[in-house]
Amino acid sequence: MEIKFSNRGSTLIAAFSGELDHHFAEYARNKIERELIKATTRDVVFDLTGLSFMDSSGIGVLVGRYVNIRKLGGRAAIICRNTRIKKILEISGVLKLMSVHDELDHALRALSTA
Amino acid sequence: MQPVNEMKLEFLSKSSNEAFARVVAAAFVSQLDPTIEELADVRTAVSEAVTNAIIHGYENRIGIITMVCRQYDKSVEIEISDEGAGIEDIEQAMQPLYTSKPEMERSGMGFTVMESFMDMVRVRSKPGEGTTVTLYKTFSSAGK
Ligand SMILES: Nc1ncnc2c1ncn2[C@@H]1O[C@H](COP(=O)(O)OP(=O)(O)O)[C@@H](O)[C@H]1O
Ligand SMILES: [Mg+2]
Repeated sequence: MEIKFSNRGSTLIAAFSGELDHHFAEYARNKIERELIKATTRDVVFDLTGLSFMDSSGIGVLVGRYVNIRKLGGRAAIICRNTRIKKILEISGVLKLMSVHDELDHALRALSTA
Repeated sequence: MQPVNEMKLEFLSKSSNEAFARVVAAAFVSQLDPTIEELADVRTAVSEAVTNAIIHGYENRIGIITMVCRQYDKSVEIEISDEGAGIEDIEQAMQPLYTSKPEMERSGMGFTVMESFMDMVRVRSKPGEGTTVTLYKTFSSAGK
């Protein structure tokens, strides 16, 4: 499991790859939190396209970060094309918090108009 | 009914074994010629049950988790057991969003995920003695 970061203006893009489960949840949380506290970050895109596996431990990581992003006045969106991961996002109510897109451009547009 | 095939695995409740257990269950189930989707369903449900045994059953102490997989004609039964804390109120535990560990960023969606990806989930538990979760699934292409 790995997370690579890049920036588009004040939007942080966190690109996950590998398998996100409980074993890697704390690592993922700490890594993203370190980026969130940087003054340059306002909004965040969670790019899950590189994930080959995610279970409900991943939901905890995403929702936990979402709460902190909102506290700092930012917004968040998700990129995901994996149908199973999408289903987990849907049943756990994450879609009510963050919009899910197929492409980065769509996610960035959603954040700029939200 | 007698299983066509059966296996039993014991491993320590270490979080690195979550991926290990998923891989083993998927390899066993592969013998039924499942679709890629069905295989991913099994991997996800097994991951949830094993993670629960580690976090809630043993509460991060080291104990032994047992996984038994039984193959019937076109279906599998996967039993994941711990000898940990046990569950006081199973009905409440299985409610969507219920978690006894919100401070650990648990989403409370583990049982709901197991139920939506498998055909049936059965939970037996006794406080202080442990928990056994049994996952059932019938495969569409099996035995063709
Ligand atoms: N093996 C287990 N041993 C003890 N308690 C368990 C076990 N599995 C689940 N539970 C209880 O059921 C609750 C719900 O589990 P779950 O739906 O997976 O959500 P989460 O793991 O996010 O808390 C847990 O918070 C815990 O209280
Ligand atoms: Mg769980």
